[in-house]
Amino acid sequence: MIVPRQSSPPQWDYPKYRPGEPVALFIPCYIDQFYPQVGEATARLLTRLGVPVVFPEGQTCCGQPAFNSGYWEEARRVVRRFCDTFAVHRWIVCPSGSCAAMCRVFFGHVDPDDRIVEVGRRVFELSEFLVEAMGVTDTGATFPHKVTLHVGCHSRRELGVIDPPLRLLESVRGISYCELADAEDCCGFGGTFSVKMPGTSLAIGRTKAENILRTGADVVVSPDISCLMHVHGIMQRDPAMKHVRAMHLVEVLVAEGDGQK
Amino acid sequence: MSDEHIDLEGAPFLKDKTAGLYEPAGSKTLEQSAQRSTKQNRETAASIPQWEAWREAASRIKAYALSNLDKLLVEFERNITARGATVLYADNAQEANQHVLDIARRHHVKTVVKSKSMVSEELELNHKLDAAGVRAVETDLGEYLVQLAGQRPTHIVTPALHLSAEDVGNLFSEKLGEPFTTEHQKLTDIARRHLREDFLRADMGMSGVNFAMADTGTICIVENEGNAGLSTSTPPLHVALMGIEKVIPSIEHLPIFLNLLARSGTGQKLTTYTHLIHGATPGKELYVIILDNGRTNVLRDPASRMSLACIRCGTCLNACPVYRRVGGWAYGWVYPGPIGSVITPHLVGIDKAGTLPFASSLCGYCGEVCPVKIDLPHQLVHLRHRAVNEPSPMNSLRQRVTWQLWSWAMSGPKRYRAAMAMVRLGVRTAKWLPWHFWELGAWTRGRELPQVPGRPPFRDWWRKNGAQLKPQAPHTETSPGDEQS
Repeated sequence: MIVPRQSSPPQWDYPKYRPGEPVALFIPCYIDQFYPQVGEATARLLTRLGVPVVFPEGQTCCGQPAFNSGYWEEARRVVRRFCDTFAVHRWIVCPSGSCAAMCRVFFGHVDPDDRIVEVGRRVFELSEFLVEAMGVTDTGATFPHKVTLHVGCHSRRELGVIDPPLRLLESVRGISYCELADAEDCCGFGGTFSVKMPGTSLAIGRTKAENILRTGADVVVSPDISCLMHVHGIMQRDPAMKHVRAMHLVEVLVAEGDGQK
Repeated sequence: MSDEHIDLEGAPFLKDKTAGLYEPAGSKTLEQSAQRSTKQNRETAASIPQWEAWREAASRIKAYALSNLDKLLVEFERNITARGATVLYADNAQEANQHVLDIARRHHVKTVVKSKSMVSEELELNHKLDAAGVRAVETDLGEYLVQLAGQRPTHIVTPALHLSAEDVGNLFSEKLGEPFTTEHQKLTDIARRHLREDFLRADMGMSGVNFAMADTGTICIVENEGNAGLSTSTPPLHVALMGIEKVIPSIEHLPIFLNLLARSGTGQKLTTYTHLIHGATPGKELYVIILDNGRTNVLRDPASRMSLACIRCGTCLNACPVYRRVGGWAYGWVYPGPIGSVITPHLVGIDKAGTLPFASSLCGYCGEVCPVKIDLPHQLVHLRHRAVNEPSPMNSLRQRVTWQLWSWAMSGPKRYRAAMAMVRLGVRTAKWLPWHFWELGAWTRGRELPQVPGRPPFRDWWRKNGAQLKPQAPHTETSPGDEQS
């Protein structure tokens, strides 16, 4: 009998976070190196909300680049290392939906070992952790700008995280939210896809960039800064789009409230 | 399997590694209409409370059928044969073509009218018939246009999606000697007038099969133009082509599939015509050719099996950001889009089509819209894994070495640190390089590289500041003025 392997809107039974439980930060490699302020903001925000935060220093990567490129054996080694590093942590929070999806959804494909799958299940994307596990929608931030939101496809479809970023943004003081047309469409980044098929990737990205521009927003925000690395990279090349800033959602959620700009 | 018409190497899209973007003529039309269809599809799905229940049921019925093909196909054969049909099996394209040619020869067929069948595209049947001196006329309007233009369909449901009314006007005046027009009604009338003659003249009709019901021995064909009805009933002889995966256990299951197929394929509640053919009409002949042509390869790979549940609605094509930009031909064979990227490597061999699973950003929209819940994005990743490990265009030593180095570098924090320092240095110095090659060139072709930040990596910041981060009182509803740093 074939076990149907299906695509369905994911529905997680979110565990509830109890005050005082420590949270381990998983800071993806590109954030660590190119967007360290996102990691800092994540640590500050959680601390401000009363969460004891730890950063296991042995961490490297979730293995997604190799996994998506087909190199599962190479990814497996990195995935196992991830699980060793995070084995003792009950809550693992990551400011990237894509990396969180790798852990929670795809670890089992790389290595069906129960222990690996179980550690992967404890990884949460930041906004879903805040809204679904902690029940927080107001982070006390003030951000008086016109903002539009891009939710990456891994957040949207693999994790089913669509609502949390929006609810968090809604509670930000002074914000003026501009709805993005065709928000459900991909930005064209797709990790190694962006350099394997750059022509197509750029064509998809340009449509997204045009839609972002059309909202009239000054800032485009996303729970996945990797999408923005691509889309914003396109926008920087175009004088008409250059003025739009790209920020990770968490940078907005800590804005001004804790002294950050 | 016939190799002669597989042109994956020449598929422009797959050749495009770092070169120009391939765009078929009228791609803006394609992009917009595909997007419109997807939006409509999402609205339809959202408006039907039982949509998810239908999908679930359809998926399970198909899963059951795929596990029991041996029994269901025999049951179907027994029941439809009892009512005068002849069932023939074909392992591959040659065998299927041979069956068709034998039947045509026995009945002295000169003209065949065909309604839409993707299987016949797999077989390259029109060429074979042509070579045997039999004229085959596509009667589905889109297929008719594509055939007249000497092209391949660009979409599995709307084959001429890439042609504008102007293209069609030019085509008709060039090939049929009709006065040029772009009026839709006039164009349709021209096609109708020419096709009517062929319907009346034909000695044989051919069709595909949307569903084959085992318990009643019935084939179901859905359509909107009436051409399938004419093709299957006007000539004295009807030959239906189906893949082995088309059989479902019972006619009781049909309504769910009809509900899903019409809504997903064209946004209709039901197609204009739904034909149920229970056997040969007295005085006429009915043949059903059941084709494998690589489908058992799919069954053999458990992680890919469910891709055989596909009901060919074309929704995943419409939803796919890659398909929307590149169109159907770019995929090199009969089935484009995400479903094509998943089944083509099985049907023609991963050694020929191993590149296709990489033609995706893995956005997952295909899986979201699939009416029978095929796990397309995950199957794409599974096939990528196979493609880099089996003989295929994607099995590359350079890539292997790169990823092994990556894996080594990511397996310890010290190595990670060193590797990342090199990446930062690379990105920092890239702007002074005279030219950008490989992946770097691919990135900067149309995008700026990210700025290397002035501040240190997060982990260095944490070492210095992590200990000072003291959790504040557990969260209660705060007002913005409360926060102090």
